[in-house]
Amino acid sequence: MSKTLIIPDFTKTATIDQVGVEERCARFTSRSIKKDTKLHGLKMVLSMIDLTTLEGKDTEGKVKQMCYKATHLHDVLPGLPTAAAVCVYPSMVKIAKEALKNSNVKVASVATAFPSGQSTREIKILDTKFAVDNGADEIDMVISRGEFLKGNFNFVFDEIAAVKEACGKARLKVIFETGELSTLDNVRKASEIAIYAGADFIKTSTGKISPAATMPVTLVMLEAIRDYYYKTGIMIGMKPAGGISTAKSALHYLVMVKETLGMAWLSNEWFRFGASSLANDVLMQLMKEATGVYQSSDYFSKD
Amino acid sequence: MARIEVLKTYKIYIGGAFPRTESGRYYPLNNKAGKLIANICLSSRKDFRNAVVAARGAFVGWSSRAAFNRAQILYRIAEMLETRKAQFIEELMQQGSTAKVAESEVNLAADRLVYYAGWCDKYQALFGSINPVATSHFNFSVPEPTGVVSVLAAQDTSLISLVNAIAPVIAGGNTCVVLGSESKPLCAVTFAEVLNSSDVPGGVVNILTGKVSELHTHFANHMDVNATIYYGDDAEVIKTIQELATLNVKRVFIHNKGNGSASDAQSPYHILDTQEIKTTWHPIENIGASGAKY
Repeated sequence: MSKTLIIPDFTKTATIDQVGVEERCARFTSRSIKKDTKLHGLKMVLSMIDLTTLEGKDTEGKVKQMCYKATHLHDVLPGLPTAAAVCVYPSMVKIAKEALKNSNVKVASVATAFPSGQSTREIKILDTKFAVDNGADEIDMVISRGEFLKGNFNFVFDEIAAVKEACGKARLKVIFETGELSTLDNVRKASEIAIYAGADFIKTSTGKISPAATMPVTLVMLEAIRDYYYKTGIMIGMKPAGGISTAKSALHYLVMVKETLGMAWLSNEWFRFGASSLANDVLMQLMKEATGVYQSSDYFSKD
Repeated sequence: MARIEVLKTYKIYIGGAFPRTESGRYYPLNNKAGKLIANICLSSRKDFRNAVVAARGAFVGWSSRAAFNRAQILYRIAEMLETRKAQFIEELMQQGSTAKVAESEVNLAADRLVYYAGWCDKYQALFGSINPVATSHFNFSVPEPTGVVSVLAAQDTSLISLVNAIAPVIAGGNTCVVLGSESKPLCAVTFAEVLNSSDVPGGVVNILTGKVSELHTHFANHMDVNATIYYGDDAEVIKTIQELATLNVKRVFIHNKGNGSASDAQSPYHILDTQEIKTTWHPIENIGASGAKY
């Protein structure tokens, strides 16, 4: 028996102390993570990566190659996990699904007129259904930033709820494109709207706009998840995407998740990295630990 | 009233910036009288790692510059070094040179840069070739830069050893990470300031200070370094470098005579050391047969 959830007034969400957030984030980068802990952390990072290709020039071959990479990150090094998922455009879902049928790697599809979201709701729903019907396990939608910035929060809320309905069993990730929201107050507001509207995951960025994922933005979103969890006991996932390209910064994010939400979120069910180049940097670090020698990207597959 | 001395902090040079070593370590540098001149960064393997990342990042841009443009920039280094002549002479004297020796070392350094500036757009013609082949191909070979080069500069001099180490490498379109002299490091840092104001893009030359004994293994085993050059005589160091370089089949060059003023110290063959020869087979109509078809 579930209790009725009261939707809060989104014009009155908590305001964010930007200086405080930045100082808190700086502390996450000062933890010393070495040796076995580092190895463990790096492998965890690998298992949380959504390998992503979202380009106009994507082809079936490129997607197949990336799917192979997701399941064979670096065969020279035994004992590596697979990536969590591959993230592609709806038109590539079928190919990715076929390529990954014998693995646990999920297929995530962007939808709803990604990356701008500038289209009608009808088309966005169709876009979502097309991806789901083709076998997508996860849907990454974008919110209508224009409507959000106009203050039309109900529109954004209803749109997310409608897409969630269209998702069926697929998990819904809601992308805010925080680079376009301009303030941390807005990020907090968008987080609450998405969470209450039914998001399973909240995600920072499309990767098409700079700045993409930053630590302050991610912290604000994690705190929104935490507050919602305290209130309802329901866990929401988090996916920073774009701009995280080094193993070191990925470990900083793990520290932030651990210290903000706790151990329960440290699995790829609740935390993901959206990235295309992060995997290789992590692999190079792991090879460095295994061989004692600094690595070159020449010896790692590009896609 | 006595003025408070403004002392210079000698830092390392990575990616066009002057950071302190990430390790926070330093060693004191004394003059002959035993008076402290400066504290010098004792670079760590992580500084070297960061420098290689910077050098790799700068490689595409630098190697695709027109050879003539690289010549202009090398000449510009000589110009900037000339304007700082007095400072270099003073530093060399602090490190034990006489005024006369110091001045001739600075002059030689500037001249050597001009020498390699001249070679930038000429060694290709010298080392490249058009090759006679039996088939209908126009076959030619051209030298291309090998990539990132790590250099352990000679220990016995401060400035000329550094110029000897850097000039032929960058003249050929490579980028480099150089370890300066441990006992005479002042000019390494000041030369980095010269590079920084000479239109040399950040990352093309990276200069560290510290110990050969700590760093030579990393200079030789880093997988993203394509060649290693050692100026020195230590048999153990040479052996280690040669062994570790096999990991990714680096080119290794050992210059035993550390004497930078030796007459053979400047030569276009030093540029050739860090070049790879690429041969192209270009199909054409019958070449070498009698009678022109045009």
